[in-house]
Amino acid sequence: MSRVNSTPGSFSFMKSELYVLFTRRRTWAMLFTIALIPIFLAIAVALSGSTIPPGEGPPFLDRVSQNGLFVGFTAMILAIPLFLPLTIGVVAGDAIAGEASTGTLRYLLISPLSRSKLLLIKFIGSGVFALAATITLMISAIAIGAILFPIGPVTLLSGDVISIPAALMRIFLVAIYVTISLLGLVAIGIFISTLTVIPVGAMAATVIFSTVSQILGSLPQIEVIHPYLPTYYWLGFADFLRNPMDFSSLVSNVLLQLSYIVIFGSFAYSKFASKDILS
Amino acid sequence: MSFSPSSLEYAIYTQGLRKRFGSHDAVAGIDLKVPKGSIFGFLGPNGSGKTTTIRALLGLVNITEGEVFLLGGSIPEESAKILPSVGALVEGPAFYPYLSGRQNLIRFDSANRLADPKTRSERVDRALARVGLTQAENKKVTAYSLGMKQRLGIASALLQPRELLILDEPTNGLDPQGTREVRALIRSLASEGITFFISSHLLVEIEQICTHLAVMSQGKIVAQGSLEELSASEILHLTVKTLDKKVAVAALKELGIKAKAGIDGVAAEVKAGAISGEEIVRKLVRAKVGIKEFTLLAPTLEERFVLLTGEGFDVAR
Repeated sequence: MSRVNSTPGSFSFMKSELYVLFTRRRTWAMLFTIALIPIFLAIAVALSGSTIPPGEGPPFLDRVSQNGLFVGFTAMILAIPLFLPLTIGVVAGDAIAGEASTGTLRYLLISPLSRSKLLLIKFIGSGVFALAATITLMISAIAIGAILFPIGPVTLLSGDVISIPAALMRIFLVAIYVTISLLGLVAIGIFISTLTVIPVGAMAATVIFSTVSQILGSLPQIEVIHPYLPTYYWLGFADFLRNPMDFSSLVSNVLLQLSYIVIFGSFAYSKFASKDILS
Repeated sequence: MSFSPSSLEYAIYTQGLRKRFGSHDAVAGIDLKVPKGSIFGFLGPNGSGKTTTIRALLGLVNITEGEVFLLGGSIPEESAKILPSVGALVEGPAFYPYLSGRQNLIRFDSANRLADPKTRSERVDRALARVGLTQAENKKVTAYSLGMKQRLGIASALLQPRELLILDEPTNGLDPQGTREVRALIRSLASEGITFFISSHLLVEIEQICTHLAVMSQGKIVAQGSLEELSASEILHLTVKTLDKKVAVAALKELGIKAKAGIDGVAAEVKAGAISGEEIVRKLVRAKVGIKEFTLLAPTLEERFVLLTGEGFDVAR
């Protein structure tokens, strides 16, 4: 194994995957659209003045006009249920099915590239996209927040006040938290992607999976299964807005996402490793 | 895996290779023997199982039964070790349409763990130059013509020094000029000692460059061997154009040749080496047969190919 790891080209394909992913116009279009979410939100708030009573609209909306740093939190809450899963569906659903539909899959495999390595690199690549998406949203939010609203020390949900650098740190933590939350869905998307040669099908199925999970999560009758849904902790980042920070939801979320990665990762491997490549 | 010593002499060696899809055999137990250094033509009509065979050789599909050895290594077990020495074009070229020709080659090269990233750019340059695509290297593949894609596919197979090149219909979509260029390229690479395995449904495409041939029909190999072996025919076609058909048939019967009268002469099949053309003519002249035209020919490879695989547009099965 040491010989394998020391070969010069070991990381070439990882680099290539990121290069291909981030030079695609589609990727930039999605990141651009994600960046628009906080911009639209901030503009809407700015235009409506400071007339939003607390408790109305998405969480923290009433605070946005007082402190621009809240734009990010509100925009993230808006993006999590549909838009982020949609972009994850596009990237992860395309992972294998996209290569199969262009026929490049067969050429990658005979290069030769092992099927397990291809799955792993597609997973990492989609994960990096998820991180890029959440960071893009936050950067756009900070920028527009700073332009349209006053920026100052942030009052947390617990009532404590933290400095601007500390608040930026929390914003970054939220982005990481949301990225982790999406990794289970990435694994699900890649598994679905091994089942078809039609990328759009895999993309749609991934988005449907996340939507169904959120619908199930809103039905109190089946509360008992809620903690096992991949979307259960998606909005749990409010814990980062308390002092001291509460990491219990982060830990449970990491464990939950890991379980989904392991389960759907092994599904994907067992399906893909023995598949006849006829595309 | 049973050790097969003879597998070492061959670039490709299969034993009872079978690939079943559902209830039908796409490849029905074939024994391919491709000698090292040969240019091996793999002929067969559309749907005869050529591409499935190639996919099995490269480990893209699971083998239902039998064994495959490439360059002496068992497939799929030793794919990771063997495939870096094998370049291939499988069922047409395929690329990322939104990347340039050059970026596509870099992508495929980086998928090969054994390819050195330091020499990558240089190797890509050389492969592009070899197929005459240097001018178009920065164009997106989506703007390439079919012929250019075909060339890029061949360039991709040439990114590394290879021992074996498996090319599935390599001249598909090329104009006559391009076809000639590809043939010349194959010849020059073959002279460097590379073994070629070239599939085609057109004999004329590969007849001129091949040293060996296998003919596949309905999942089976119906003929295999060197070009000389396959051209050496047991049966010669005898035709005599004459008006004296009855006399000719009678005269030939005395020589032990069963001839049939046609519209403008007689025809027969003669065992090669049994009797010379001169003897037949002498006999006919003595019998006072007026001969307008006399031919004694081995069937062309084309005729034999059609004989083996059937004619017309009926796709096998």
